[in-house]
Amino acid sequence: MGYTFAEKLIARKAHQEVHAGDCVIVDVDVMMASDTTGPIAIRAFENMGGKRLAKKGSTVFVLDHATPCPNERIAGLHDLIRTFCREQGSVFFDQNCGVCHQVMLENRIVREGDLVLGGDSHTCSYGAVGAFSTGVGSTDLGAAMLTGKTWLRVPETTRIELTGALRHGVYAKDAILKIIGDLTSDGVTYQSVEFAGDGFARFTQEEATTVCNMTIEMGGKNGVFVSALTDPSLIPDADARYNRVLCYRAEEIVPMISCPHTVDNVKTVVEAAGTKIEVAYIGSCTNGRLSDLAVAAEILKGRHAAPGVRLMVCPASNLILKQAAALGYLDTFIDAGATIVTPGCSLCVGTLGGVPADGENVLSTTNRNFKGRMGNNKANIYLASPATAAVSALAGVITDPREVMAR
Amino acid sequence: MIAGRVWKFGDDVNTDVIFPGRYTYEPMSDEAMGKYALEDADSAFNQEAKPGDIIIAGKNWGCGSSREQAAKCLKERGVAAVIAKGFARIFYRNALNEGLLILVCSEADQIAQEGESISVDTERCIIRSVHGEYRFQPYPAYVQGLVEAGGLIPYTIQRLREREGEK
Repeated sequence: MGYTFAEKLIARKAHQEVHAGDCVIVDVDVMMASDTTGPIAIRAFENMGGKRLAKKGSTVFVLDHATPCPNERIAGLHDLIRTFCREQGSVFFDQNCGVCHQVMLENRIVREGDLVLGGDSHTCSYGAVGAFSTGVGSTDLGAAMLTGKTWLRVPETTRIELTGALRHGVYAKDAILKIIGDLTSDGVTYQSVEFAGDGFARFTQEEATTVCNMTIEMGGKNGVFVSALTDPSLIPDADARYNRVLCYRAEEIVPMISCPHTVDNVKTVVEAAGTKIEVAYIGSCTNGRLSDLAVAAEILKGRHAAPGVRLMVCPASNLILKQAAALGYLDTFIDAGATIVTPGCSLCVGTLGGVPADGENVLSTTNRNFKGRMGNNKANIYLASPATAAVSALAGVITDPREVMAR
Repeated sequence: MIAGRVWKFGDDVNTDVIFPGRYTYEPMSDEAMGKYALEDADSAFNQEAKPGDIIIAGKNWGCGSSREQAAKCLKERGVAAVIAKGFARIFYRNALNEGLLILVCSEADQIAQEGESISVDTERCIIRSVHGEYRFQPYPAYVQGLVEAGGLIPYTIQRLREREGEK
């Protein structure tokens, strides 16, 4: 019997043969915390008697959730992280960088074959470059910062194969929303997910990041793009043991949308079409990369958001902001009536600006639509692709992007 | 053996409603976190829950973000146990790390009605209510040490001391 990606990679980090279900101690290659989980991780590290980081060169802090800092209390937390990083010599990205996951990828901090722990649930994004990466709480992270190790239960694996190519107007976001709708919010709880097949192999790294990013929304421990693996000793064996193998045909996937208040409440955009929106938000670690902004800019070029729609755009990093400016996308967004917001987590977690009013409908390209997610528990959040968000912003109601893009 | 009054919840109760994001940046003591427990999920629980109360829920309790305040705020509120059909992975780890008692029971929704009292026999892995007896899964053997130490911080300190002693 062969091995899955998770078994192969964890065996390497545990220095022993492993099978799904085993619990082992593993070496952690990269550790990451944001300004929301970092302060508690630092406190846990110190409460465990921590004096020196086990791996300072691969312990990374990114300020992204509340940047630029909105008040004096958070300023204190940011200062605590800055001071800790200076004293420990760890890797530090201040408020002028972007969303942690984008920062980790665009600075090539995470590489194929790495085992990564992040104090953020969307750490599973790095499967797009062939890493085994998973989100943990701050205390788990603090222990790893101290010892360089963690314990893991070797996960069972679900393999999801995509064949063929997505149709015009259909994107990586639609594919992963379709999958989440089918598997539901706990469909792959505790499991590793391998995204395989010629369909996923066609995806760019940016598209793969969108897919892996949302693995947590169906309960997964990590997600990995098999096509990102170049190391033969990490490629899953043909006779590996899988919990389930699911097959999708790319040409059958249509624009999808998550309706309030759970990510797995997925419908086709056609089914939700006509619903009035007050806010359209394009950004985040899921869909705030250059290719996402390019799609939105193409749709918005020479047009203006419908009256009553607040369009907000947040490039996922400062680098993307710069590129978007150079390519004229920012001009397009501004002319379309958009508010450009500072690269970072921004509206997604409701800790900064852009909070919706009671009863308002938000169409967002982010990854979660839980009640209260964007700062108001009486608002309704829908999740879709940047194309769906852009065409809906123009129409003022949820609209299928294929209607506009075909013209 | 523990006993307490039941609060009932459905499926997919997520970390954002257990401990809203707007509080994650407020520097606060552990004890203060208890005040915000489940504020966006159930205002009755948030206002009236007493130390020793027990939560019974459906599948996928604690899905969503990695914020460990979701486990910590329940512990600090005095919740004696969370019994669910299943737990999201990160919450499960966070609960072990924080020393919050969590029990997986496939019949969780049948155990009791809200407001009823139940008892939990942690030695024999049995929950008793006026409706009957229900079994829950024991913790995996691998995490027993972590559970017995009362969480990851005391466990890590203990392990590091043992390693020092071996040298």
